[in-house]
Amino acid sequence: MARVPIIEFQKVSKRFGTLQVLDQVDLRIYPGETTVIIGESGCGKSVTLKHTVVLLRPDHGEIFFEGQRIDHLSEKNLATVRVNFGFLFQMGALFDSMTAGQNIAFPLLENSDLPNDEITNIVNEKLRMVGLDGVQEKRPAQLSGGQRKRVALARAIALNPKVILYDEPTTGLDPVRSDVINELINKLKRELGVTSLVVTHDMASVNRIADRVVMLHEGQFRFDGPLAELRACNDPLVKRFIEGRASEQELASLGGGVAR
Amino acid sequence: MSNPFAYIGHLERELMAAYGRFWIFAGRTWSWLWIGFSNRRNWRLLTPQMYEVGNRSVFVIMVTGLFVGLVLAVQSYGQLEAMGLAERLGVLVNLSVVKELGPVLAGVMLAGRVGGALVAELGTMNVTEQLDALRSMGTDPIRYLVVPRVLACMILTPILTIYADAMGALGGWLISVVMYGVASEPYWYFTKEAVVSWDIMTGFIKSVSFGTILALIACYKGFHCRSGAEGVGRACTEAFVATFIAILVSDFFINVMLESIYKALWGFTPLVGG
Repeated sequence: MARVPIIEFQKVSKRFGTLQVLDQVDLRIYPGETTVIIGESGCGKSVTLKHTVVLLRPDHGEIFFEGQRIDHLSEKNLATVRVNFGFLFQMGALFDSMTAGQNIAFPLLENSDLPNDEITNIVNEKLRMVGLDGVQEKRPAQLSGGQRKRVALARAIALNPKVILYDEPTTGLDPVRSDVINELINKLKRELGVTSLVVTHDMASVNRIADRVVMLHEGQFRFDGPLAELRACNDPLVKRFIEGRASEQELASLGGGVAR
Repeated sequence: MSNPFAYIGHLERELMAAYGRFWIFAGRTWSWLWIGFSNRRNWRLLTPQMYEVGNRSVFVIMVTGLFVGLVLAVQSYGQLEAMGLAERLGVLVNLSVVKELGPVLAGVMLAGRVGGALVAELGTMNVTEQLDALRSMGTDPIRYLVVPRVLACMILTPILTIYADAMGALGGWLISVVMYGVASEPYWYFTKEAVVSWDIMTGFIKSVSFGTILALIACYKGFHCRSGAEGVGRACTEAFVATFIAILVSDFFINVMLESIYKALWGFTPLVGG
């Protein structure tokens, strides 16, 4: 039986000024899978992620969630769709004016009528899931980069979403903290059965978490397949990216400008 | 862009697009103003904003009002004394303060103090993706962030203007009566004759408008600022300049409108010799 995608992009295009970031891309995300979007910095990975919850609207093309077209919905109607998603932003995007506990309680207060003690229980449970019980009263400024990401992840899963979107989850973290985040992504998939869409250029992370990898290059998907296929891929551009090698052209552009 | 005409055309398009975006933003705020505040749960958002806008602005507004009154009286006394109209000094000072200088200067002062803080706060939230985070959790940032701030400014600018007016009146009285020795009784008698409810209402309408304008422009600029510290800083400056101009322009049109209504209802009333 053919698998039904939970998220689908049909011929989606997006342009910023003269820069064509997405050029008629088709993408299908299947339930329960961890799909990783890789690509050079600034190639449009985060733009793709933001289109998934219509934080950005496409210039052309259509976006579907569970078979329902969502890219043309008003902000008010989108609110009911967005509660199905958890979004981990690159820098966490925790609200500075609130404590860690209040940050996690926020989506529950806004989208449910749960009593306060139940909300407190959920906050504690989510913090335990990300291994950070005890930081409820701390402000984001008092937390380390890794802790902020984990609190942001706890907030992203507060409403038990069907899909979690991760924007560069390991950027700015040391290898050990990165590994903790990678393990958390796998743990949430195992324990909650969520669909994950991850944007990263950290290949160590890709190797730990990906079921399927999509590579974005110049507005189009250059590669789309399982992790094993990526490793065996012969496309020179894909190979260079996964091996972390600059092209001859990029090295030549450094020219005599490099100080010795 | 090498062709200057093409460049001017491009700038004009950009300006018109920004103007359109602002009015869409204002329209969405207006619609949420009623929907959002019909739900009591949203009222909790208003209190901290009222404190920020109101309580923390009282001192600067009172100082502004006091010095406006002092300066007006100092500058006008000589001329009125020469014409034998020193007792009418209160008319000039209080009418100017209540109808014009109180609302305008309170608006400008709040544009600097409150508007600047709003742009910096919302701009920082914008560049650190906190606004996107709100949207991604199904919360409309206009309902959650803009509406309480606009409402706080709408409610509190007129109240703060009353403080400015009162201090302006005190400043005028200090210079006229205490310093120059104008008789207190005729000073207040002529003031009471000249400053009528219509003038107070004029000041009230202006201050509500200025409060709304400054909050809307500040929130819009915060929501649409460019990334980085430079983007937030530039948005603060642009918001202050735009608010200052908008206050002066709207002041002119409100004056024209209210003067026409007054004349249609009661005709022209001279302040001296009438």
